[in-house]
Amino acid sequence: MNLKTSTRQVDGVNIVDCSGRITLGEGSVVLRDQVKDLLTKGQKKILLNLGDVNYIDSSGIGELVSAYTTVRNQGGELKLLNLTKKVHDLLQITKLYTVFDVKDDETAAVKAFH
Amino acid sequence: MSGDRLSYKLDSTLETVDSAEQTANRVASESGFGEDEVLQISMAVREATVNAVLHGNAYDPDKKVELEFERTENDLVITIRDQGKGLDENKIPNPLEPDNLLKTSGRGIFLIRSFMDDVQITPSQSGTEIKLIKHVHGATAGGKEASQ
Repeated sequence: MNLKTSTRQVDGVNIVDCSGRITLGEGSVVLRDQVKDLLTKGQKKILLNLGDVNYIDSSGIGELVSAYTTVRNQGGELKLLNLTKKVHDLLQITKLYTVFDVKDDETAAVKAFH
Repeated sequence: MSGDRLSYKLDSTLETVDSAEQTANRVASESGFGEDEVLQISMAVREATVNAVLHGNAYDPDKKVELEFERTENDLVITIRDQGKGLDENKIPNPLEPDNLLKTSGRGIFLIRSFMDDVQITPSQSGTEIKLIKHVHGATAGGKEASQ
């Protein structure tokens, strides 16, 4: 299943609920466009909820990195929420787990934004 | 599919990438691998096919990707060939180096080596052949740490 996203706002933080696969092609484009759309609107506190993302390939990992650096370069913050075991393991072996700010509780994650 | 060999000749398209992944998933399942290993094998095949389609054949409609599955007594051997310029692995930066962590590409070969027991990359002027080997017995679930 290709990636589907929906956004909601909690205490000024934009939570992007993602479900499906973040892979080369459409999945990566959907994520890129969603983040770009938020930044265009001046929304720079972004929490990617990956709880329903069951698959991610190297292109998808690259897209997460791109989103992270793009938001950060514009003075914003991007955090990850609710990693599945598969995504968690991938971020571990690529040493990105410690690069991203990863949360497993939405309320705590929202509070962690400055 | 003990002793069997399956081979496909595929177009250089994104659909080929999905198709290769799905076929690898099916073949690995039928070969008796566990769920985690099936995921590792299918992801390794996906990454190798992405390399063949994008970096090898560069989406050229005149160039094909060959995908071959062979079940030997001890291994599942998957071979992917493209018709590109030949991959020079030495030119791929180590994605685990601190300076490379935030790069948006360059993790495919690393993931392939992380997920498979043996990987043989043979570049030539007529393309690249990558052989992915997973031992049927003795492979551990959950993957092995990459040494790269």
